Amino acid sequence: MSILDVKQLTRSFGGLTAVSHVDLTLDQGELVGLIGPNGAGKTTVFNLLTGVYPPSSGTIVFSAHGQTTSIGGKAPYAICRAGIGRTFQNIRLFKELTVLENVMIAFQQNQRYPLPTSLLRLPGFGRAEDEIRDGARELLEVMHLGHKAEEYAVNLSYGEQRHLEIARALATRPTLLLLDEPAAGMNPTETANLTRLITQIRQDFGLTILLIEHDMSLVMQICERIYVLDHGIVIASGTPDEVRSDPKVIEAYLGEEVDHA
Amino acid sequence: MEQLAQQLVNGLALGSIYALIALGYTMVYGIIQLINFAHGDVYMVGAYVGYFCMVHLNLGFVESLVIAMAVCTVLGVVIERVAYKPLRKSTRIAVLITAIGVSLLLEYTMMFFVGADTRTYGVLPPFMEQSFNVGGVLITMKQIIIIGVSVLLMVVLQYIVRRTKVGKAMRAVSQDADAARLMGISVDNTISFTFALGSALAGAAGVLVGVYYNAINPLMGVLPGLKAFIAAVFGGIGLIPGALLGGYFIGAAETLVSGYWSSLYTDAVVFGILILVLIFKPTGLLGSNVREKV
Repeated sequence: MSILDVKQLTRSFGGLTAVSHVDLTLDQGELVGLIGPNGAGKTTVFNLLTGVYPPSSGTIVFSAHGQTTSIGGKAPYAICRAGIGRTFQNIRLFKELTVLENVMIAFQQNQRYPLPTSLLRLPGFGRAEDEIRDGARELLEVMHLGHKAEEYAVNLSYGEQRHLEIARALATRPTLLLLDEPAAGMNPTETANLTRLITQIRQDFGLTILLIEHDMSLVMQICERIYVLDHGIVIASGTPDEVRSDPKVIEAYLGEEVDHA
Repeated sequence: MEQLAQQLVNGLALGSIYALIALGYTMVYGIIQLINFAHGDVYMVGAYVGYFCMVHLNLGFVESLVIAMAVCTVLGVVIERVAYKPLRKSTRIAVLITAIGVSLLLEYTMMFFVGADTRTYGVLPPFMEQSFNVGGVLITMKQIIIIGVSVLLMVVLQYIVRRTKVGKAMRAVSQDADAARLMGISVDNTISFTFALGSALAGAAGVLVGVYYNAINPLMGVLPGLKAFIAAVFGGIGLIPGALLGGYFIGAAETLVSGYWSSLYTDAVVFGILILVLIFKPTGLLGSNVREKV
């Protein structure tokens, strides 16, 4: 069953077409990679999926919790609440808040209790607030950040900030998680740990994951399918092996083969 | 010594008012980087609503305070939705000038309806006219009420900002609105809520001032509005503790100047402080130097 169905997705900025007629389908529970050279339009695809800007044309249909909605051009917060969570290539945490608060904020947006309840500290609120705190702590444990809960986000190391981004995205209770270069700037050991973590959260949270990554060891290892984007166009898609041997992909990455006659 | 203590008590009362208004300035600035010049006029409207409730409806002080806060809350949200929201993607200067327009609109609309004369809150309930002599320092019941109500409101505010969902959303939006949006926060609602909170505090300040000085007029918001703005800048605009610190500092500075020197010079000194802050610590006392994002 497909959870995300993207058809002919196009986005231009002035004269530049960043994403052009992209078709992309994700099935429930899949882990799919989106790769391509720098400037290929990968992050633009994420921004279109999460409503940062509306598509110029094309449709995005998202199915979760038995509901199928067209999300192209919807407000980012509405898309997030519908069940698409994301992380950012350039880390965008709430730096002056604690690690725990970062996760609680994302958590709380799905919690429904009216303001008066929280102001008057009615019984419902204390419980809800405790649940959020516990839930947030659990997520931090999953992402190996439990011991850093009270630190300010800005004081975390680079790798920890990337983990926190994932924890915060998980807190929005997504069914589809978009990871934008989760391993950027990590050393091989950290990347290996992250690879394990991604597989684990996908299983534990029943997630479908779409992942942008430059680290091929990670991509080839965990992705079941891969889309390759170049100049805003999908030039190849398929299993890691198919993609790896596709001449168009090699050309996009390494340049055209020169024929030494 | 007694005079110093006396002036500090007076300064504490005045400073509470400035702090309440400054909080609204600073929260709005923190979330959308707008100096909301209409904020002082929301305070004026609060004073008039309080006047109307107490003099014409014969309501008690607390009821009047609550009603004034409620009316100002609605007013603040309406101002934001009608005047500022359509300009969300415009330049900052466009919104700033709109704020000045809203300010003039409120002042002269009020003048049209109630006239330009100064009005008094009239005879207050006897318990509010009490005063106490503590070791030679005269503390009036009004001052106690002003300080008490202000502190109570600040505690409630702190609680909302620190503990509630919408308060956390406010802090998230002020740090990174785009990321907040993608975490499921409705940025527009959060901004409206910020205006609501700030305006409620301004409304309370209006009623407190009406009771304290017993004189209100449609242009009463201009100067305290500016001074509260200075208070916010003094403490570091965008920072809630900064607004409190600035409010009390400006209040104390004013009463000390008028007590030891002459009330003629209070405004000059306060604006002098603004100039000094802008020269030596433009980010305010508690502000840190912000790196420009690239």
